[in-house]
Amino acid sequence: MAVATEQQILDGIAEIIDDIVGVDKSEVTPEKNFIDDLDIDSLSMVEIAVSAQDQFGVEIPDDELRNLKTVQDVINFVQKLQS
Amino acid sequence: MTVQLRTPAFTPGARILAFGDYQPARIVTNDDLAKIVDTDDAWIRSRVGIAERRIAGDDEGIVELGVHAGGKALAASGLAPRDIDLVILATCSAESPMPSHAPAVAHRLGIKAPGAFDVNAACAGFCYALATAGSAVQTGMARNVLVIGSEKMSQWIDWTDRSTCIIFADGAGAAVVTGSDAPGIGPVVWGSAGDGFDKIIIDDRHSSIRQEGQAVFRWATTAIAPVALEACERAGVAPQDLAAVVPHQANLRIIEAIARRMKAVNAVIADDVVHSGNTSAASIPLALSHMIERGDVPSGAPALLVGFGAGLSYAAQVIQIP
Repeated sequence: MAVATEQQILDGIAEIIDDIVGVDKSEVTPEKNFIDDLDIDSLSMVEIAVSAQDQFGVEIPDDELRNLKTVQDVINFVQKLQS
Repeated sequence: MTVQLRTPAFTPGARILAFGDYQPARIVTNDDLAKIVDTDDAWIRSRVGIAERRIAGDDEGIVELGVHAGGKALAASGLAPRDIDLVILATCSAESPMPSHAPAVAHRLGIKAPGAFDVNAACAGFCYALATAGSAVQTGMARNVLVIGSEKMSQWIDWTDRSTCIIFADGAGAAVVTGSDAPGIGPVVWGSAGDGFDKIIIDDRHSSIRQEGQAVFRWATTAIAPVALEACERAGVAPQDLAAVVPHQANLRIIEAIARRMKAVNAVIADDVVHSGNTSAASIPLALSHMIERGDVPSGAPALLVGFGAGLSYAAQVIQIP
């Protein structure tokens, strides 16, 4: 799989979040905190991680998921594993 | 001297004649639970999709619940107790591991001296038992089988643990299986993932159910849809032709995730968990029986059943609605 740019990852995550929890894509910006800003709970985070896995080809295990608090955290994690 | 042993005659297929269901009278709402643990209605609904559940009293155990559901299925099937020669009861929440409960249920229903045993495949138990019943009929081991899922999860719950006491509930569902020329129970796709044996577990006789919610959620939302799709494939039914999808009623969000991945666009998706909670091996026949009673699914239509849970174990098959 080709390495995605930061913007491409952000767009992909925004689409997944829109799809799974119905938060509008425009709301999903890097500094947003999943729990506090986007009202996403731990089970939705699992669904998002699974979809991200399908889309970006990187596995996000439950242990790592706990540390991913913001959209930027996910972007960094995906970029780190893709490179 | 060698002898040639006789084998029974094979029957081409097996089908379900009727379903039956039973739930205890006592309804426990989310507001009721909020009085005993730190939780609230909105939180429970958003996490697991449950509004209320049924909890059995001290006078109703696995046998009692099973007798009620089994009796209703038997009556609806048009068969007499003497026609049943095998009783299989799926449970993982019995008050005692010995004896098995199927013999007592059979006795209470007036079924004389049938083969009778319990199956424990946790929340996949009904699908395991149904597959076993179908094979028994096809291979001539039995003519008519009463299959029951009966659970009293409440007796293995820690009522101070808000992560589990909001989920589990009590109830029973049953089906009568008979032989047929045209198959009404498709090939089972079953399996297990024993590396996850401790993900949903009662550790010992003094323990309560505990589960690793996030890990189970991930497993159920990713591993189960492919099993369900394989069952469709093996039965020769396209997902878009299913009239109903009846996953184990674990949690509404798991049910919705499985349905989404299956793309069964024309199917009614069972959501019995909303008013019945998670009744483990009883949840699939309970949900189906309710759907049939309400007229949600027409007779003869294909429905996909998929059970999954502790073990980890899973099983799926396509059936024809009786």
